[in-house]
Amino acid sequence: MNYNWNWRIFFDASPEGNGTYLDMLLSGLMWTIATALCSWFIAFFLGSLIGVLRTLPSKTANGIGTAYVELFRNVPLLVQMFLWYFVLPEVVPTQLGDAIKQMPDAPFYTAVVCLGFFTASRVAEQVRAGIQSLPRGQGMAGTAMGFTVYQTYRYVLLPNAYRIILPPMTSEFLNNLKNTSVALTIGLLELTARARSMQEFSFQVFEAFTAATLLYVIINLVVVTAATYLERAVAIPGQR
Amino acid sequence: MLSNFDFNVILSSLPYLFGQGMVFTVTLTAMAAVGGVVIGTLLAMARLSSVPGLSHVAKGYVELCRSLPLVLVIFWFYFLVPYIGAYVTGASTPIQVGAFPSALITFMAFEAAYFSEIMRAGIQSIPKGQTGAALALGMNYWQTMANVVLPQAFRNMLPLLLTQTVVLFQDTSLVYVLSLTDFMGAASKVAQRDGRLVEMYIFAAIVYFVICFTASFLVRRLQRRVAIIR
Repeated sequence: MNYNWNWRIFFDASPEGNGTYLDMLLSGLMWTIATALCSWFIAFFLGSLIGVLRTLPSKTANGIGTAYVELFRNVPLLVQMFLWYFVLPEVVPTQLGDAIKQMPDAPFYTAVVCLGFFTASRVAEQVRAGIQSLPRGQGMAGTAMGFTVYQTYRYVLLPNAYRIILPPMTSEFLNNLKNTSVALTIGLLELTARARSMQEFSFQVFEAFTAATLLYVIINLVVVTAATYLERAVAIPGQR
Repeated sequence: MLSNFDFNVILSSLPYLFGQGMVFTVTLTAMAAVGGVVIGTLLAMARLSSVPGLSHVAKGYVELCRSLPLVLVIFWFYFLVPYIGAYVTGASTPIQVGAFPSALITFMAFEAAYFSEIMRAGIQSIPKGQTGAALALGMNYWQTMANVVLPQAFRNMLPLLLTQTVVLFQDTSLVYVLSLTDFMGAASKVAQRDGRLVEMYIFAAIVYFVICFTASFLVRRLQRRVAIIR
């Protein structure tokens, strides 16, 4: 095999003129993390809301929740990304559309909103499963104590459900983090996009991708470790 | 605004979208699913085996694939496959691999990690006593697996395998990053050629939605039918 390995390439100046290739990859990593955290914020709250809607006795609430989940789960993420980025500014009133198009960092905001709404459908399924796995008596006990529906969810059902679904929520968080790479199709300069441009500039394909791979593996390990600590910290003493 | 929504651009590109794009997507999905399940089953067996080292290798591979974004893996294989090909055939220069084989290898290798997790659960769901009984009857490991464990594991896991295939069907749209003409690639090529992004992307979304929604619905029905009552 005649591939020229050159691991020192990371310390060469990148053609963008503001630092080395390593700096380029690390800036990509920062965008990946920023996008993942911001979109997770939307996904967590919206997903919890939709998940709760699907467990309410009301038929309308159920219908809205189910429709949301089916809609966002059955369209590929790439297509959703394009809909938010290319189609949305065209179908809203012209002035608003122009404002969206001229926004600085438009790919970042689009990716955050798109991933937030996409991941929310998955979070909703987890939250619903968590709530439904609780004994029915818990909700009834809340009602018997004179709690309103909101209070029952806020103080009884959700705190328990979140603890149960913490492991699957961790993998949803990691999925969300990995999905940020799809945003390179709309021009977000996240980690995979940066590895790709490093490959294009320097022709050191495998060094660039190895570095990106290692960075992804490291973030994964950090998140999994943090989740283990979180699980231990929030565990109810005496349970299991 | 949607006032100048042009249906004709969709109508006139239908033969291209489905004749080329959808055929590519469906072929890729079907072949990758079959290959992924076969490799995934072998990985699951390796992971559960008592051969020293083998389970660690399988575990390492699965965990690595699951911690990487698909887009990065697509790029990895796109550049790696020519070198692997050169290594296998003994050629001195990287060999040319077509876009389709490259994409197929990528999806088979990547989805195998996800299928292997499903198959592992399937194999573990079969009571130990059955394996013991098969071994007591004088079957060897492969006979036990082929005649006793795997047929039941497949049956139990069929709904999950099919659900994962629907996910795979959606994931194949990411070959867009290699400019291949799958359904999404075809839609985006027409969209850019005619400057009709709104029409084409909305249409693509509807087509994907209808297919995936119907498929998930059928899987749920199948799930009720194949479930073994214990």
